[in-house]
Amino acid sequence: MTDTFPHSLVGPSSKERKYDRQLRLWAASGQQALEGSRVLLVNSDGSWGKQNTGVSGVLGVEALKNLVLPGIGGFTIVDPSPVTESDLGVNFFLEEESLGKSRAEETCRLLRELNPDVEGSFHSKCISELLRDPGFLPQHKLVLISGPMKRSSLDSVRKAAWEAGLPVVYTHSVGFYSTFSLQLPSEFPIVETHPDPETTQDLRLLTPWPELKAAASRISNLDSLDDHQHGHIPYILLLLHYLVKWKDDHNGSLPSNYKEKSEFREMVRANARTNNPEGGEENFDEAVAAVLKSLNPFTLRSSIREIFDMEECKSLKPGCADFWIIAAAVRQFYLKYNELPLPGSLPDMKAQSADYISLQNIYKSKARKDVEEVTNTIRQTEAQLGDREIPIPEKDIEIFCKNAAHIKLVRGRQIPTLNEDAYTTKTIRNNLRMSESIIPIFIACQILDAIVTEIQDGKRDENSLDDEATWNAHIDEAISILNQEDPTTVDDETRQRIVEATEELRRTEGGELHNISALTGGLVAQEVLKVLTRQYVPLDNTCVFDGVRSRTEMYRL
Amino acid sequence: MEVINPSLRWKHLYKVLNKHGPFSDEDWVPGPETIESLESSKVLGAGGLGYNIDISNLNRQFLFRHADIGKPKAEVAAAFVEKRVKGVKITPYVGKIQDKDEDYYMQFKIIVCGLDSIEARRWINSTLIGMVDPEDPESLKPLIDGGTEGFKGQARVILPTLSSCIECQLDMHAPRPAVPLCTIATIPRQPQHCIEWAHQIAWQEKRKDDTFDSDDMEHIDWVYKAALDRAQQFHIHGVTFQMTQGVVKNIIPAIASTNAVIAAATTSEALKIATSCNPYLENYMMYAGEEGVYTYTFDAEKKPDCPVCGNVARKMTVDPNMTLEAYIESLGERAEAQLKRPSMRTEEKTLYQRFPPQLEEHTRPNLKLKLRDLVEDGQEIAVSDPAYTIDFRFKLLFK
Repeated sequence: MTDTFPHSLVGPSSKERKYDRQLRLWAASGQQALEGSRVLLVNSDGSWGKQNTGVSGVLGVEALKNLVLPGIGGFTIVDPSPVTESDLGVNFFLEEESLGKSRAEETCRLLRELNPDVEGSFHSKCISELLRDPGFLPQHKLVLISGPMKRSSLDSVRKAAWEAGLPVVYTHSVGFYSTFSLQLPSEFPIVETHPDPETTQDLRLLTPWPELKAAASRISNLDSLDDHQHGHIPYILLLLHYLVKWKDDHNGSLPSNYKEKSEFREMVRANARTNNPEGGEENFDEAVAAVLKSLNPFTLRSSIREIFDMEECKSLKPGCADFWIIAAAVRQFYLKYNELPLPGSLPDMKAQSADYISLQNIYKSKARKDVEEVTNTIRQTEAQLGDREIPIPEKDIEIFCKNAAHIKLVRGRQIPTLNEDAYTTKTIRNNLRMSESIIPIFIACQILDAIVTEIQDGKRDENSLDDEATWNAHIDEAISILNQEDPTTVDDETRQRIVEATEELRRTEGGELHNISALTGGLVAQEVLKVLTRQYVPLDNTCVFDGVRSRTEMYRL
Repeated sequence: MEVINPSLRWKHLYKVLNKHGPFSDEDWVPGPETIESLESSKVLGAGGLGYNIDISNLNRQFLFRHADIGKPKAEVAAAFVEKRVKGVKITPYVGKIQDKDEDYYMQFKIIVCGLDSIEARRWINSTLIGMVDPEDPESLKPLIDGGTEGFKGQARVILPTLSSCIECQLDMHAPRPAVPLCTIATIPRQPQHCIEWAHQIAWQEKRKDDTFDSDDMEHIDWVYKAALDRAQQFHIHGVTFQMTQGVVKNIIPAIASTNAVIAAATTSEALKIATSCNPYLENYMMYAGEEGVYTYTFDAEKKPDCPVCGNVARKMTVDPNMTLEAYIESLGERAEAQLKRPSMRTEEKTLYQRFPPQLEEHTRPNLKLKLRDLVEDGQEIAVSDPAYTIDFRFKLLFK
């Protein structure tokens, strides 16, 4: 037996040591996904008039910093601006020697210093020029855009990215405020959502399968056990044992409501031995504590039910993603058994080693059997579809089955703007009705976008950025959009909140503060990591940070 | 090289410092004085596990490079920032915060901490609270504390004696319950149990002459192999080298992005406190990034029974039949105490005193006595611990 385990020094490689603290969050599979990803940063779209060089692009560079350190494959910075004095006061990835040089080149150089494993390149041009090459965008796995950006440029990037199925993050960082929106493809499934282990326990105590039932029946004569044995029966077997007794006393029905469960709990508690030196038994304590949370009939969570109900899942189309083929097979499993495949993990509990391991094996082998059944369905489907080049890897099926109850499908939406989508406008309106909501910050950033668009399109001069009349006109326009369907949406008080948000935003005349951009760069990078690794659950779809009150809010706009 | 005009360089920041915003205090006077006061502010930043840079720091530390491995963290960080941001002066200090006294802390305007242990947090917290002299506003040093774990983090602002402090919310830092020794010694069920056995028991038996060093790869490898053998014996799967390291070093996952959020949040609050350009955080912000972007900002409560900033003893329910020894042992794990080497006394007598040796010997017999034989129900005790400079007061209530 000993020979089957390698006993030479198998310490981690230097790469594993460097990335150790993050591998514990997203494992080698997540790391591999990161290393295969190149991120595009569109960090400015040119100047706003003669004096103002436009977006400083600090947030974008700070976000990249948090992606270069954990080792993404590469990045591209697009930024036509030169480095100015004011850049040196906000951008940590520029130095005095950078003054007057290409900002794309200088930030690229100093970001690359962070991690020799990461490839970096730059273009000191406008994005519209680069988009003329249809091969440019698809070199990347995700696009970050530093706003405010003029509408025509934003439209062309988000449209091209949408068509290419590339996620986009559109960010603003102005004074003490920041916002960002994540545009995911219309179908973005996540299998490894990493739910809290407490919420994922699936023990099937109400519907034990034959092997589990048999294990519980082997402990039928509890009184004959000595104190040591009695105090080491795994609590799961105790619960199964007393459930059988309960059913005998209740015409075969299980404890189903709070009152019955409480009675059942007392029944378990009363059977604990207290005349021992400890004055109680830990395994019985564990059983008692588990009654209310573990004796619930299986119900399908709404997120997975939605997936099962989708047309894509019910009728598979040739060429569809692996996700749908597995989902359809799991759905078939669910329709047959009214349960999902068993995840197969067992929490630790007071027990003798051998008893615990044998119970664990019962759970594991049931999980394996369920995976096999799903796999068989999948192989049949693959044969029927006839268009699959390689069979879906066993590993993917296994991970799907293990996580089935917590799988999520995000229905991505385009980067929201104020004036084009009724759903977006309605959601903004609903949030505005809550007096504590910080949605006015989103509206203020939208107004800033509109003013920058007018400046870059030559309709206004650059002084309009700090012009009272310009801002007032735009505030009125935004309010009239919001009031279109319901004129009571923006009352005087709500208007005042929007005005205050614009006043705070205008304090820096569009400029960034390093602290706010660094913070938001952290938030944005976090979302990018989740999207690229396809692990954890990304933002859907907009976040606002209020640095005055130190608060964030999320909206689906 | 010509000096860059500060008003060009700091253009964006100066705009915020030169004019009122809708939320800034009405009495605040923006302008050159505010700027001057920010630029002359001396801030203390403390944090970072261990003294020297390790390869595993590089995944999140933007001030360190591969060539810096093995050098002192504070020195490398200070030199890098001074080089990049011309004009700022940073004095590195490589050592424990506990090495410094009140005179040292008095020179700073704000203390920003990203400490890795609850013990260090409690120490700086009680020290700053002890420094407050109601006659001298300069003695009140705002403490801004940040911490992260994986995708989660928190930032808080503490105005010593005025707002809730670390000790008021000590139960939020409850230690993870330890695996019982009998599980480790006789009935392992999880790979972690086998690792704990190899680390705590096998090492003592087989290599008691070597001091275990969790940074020594040979030591970790030995523990890993011993754990693997034990796991085989019990048919337990899943012991890996990575897990072994995680268990014996108590590794907490850490990434650049979460640290950026929390570090910048604390900086943001420092900027607001130093300049009054906007209201500061009152007083706690939690961040969780596993599912979307979630934050919760709230006013943590100042507790009247806080052993450090409160004025009444904290209630503690105890079993009167417990021995003093067992009670002392339990203080290490009880969320509201977390004192590992306590000594204690009532107003009348010393219950147990670790130092000096004569007093220890004198009070040692008490360890075997039950609490009911030593104190009354509802009696107050004062507990001291060498890790802290203050006494903790507890009112013992019999169960």
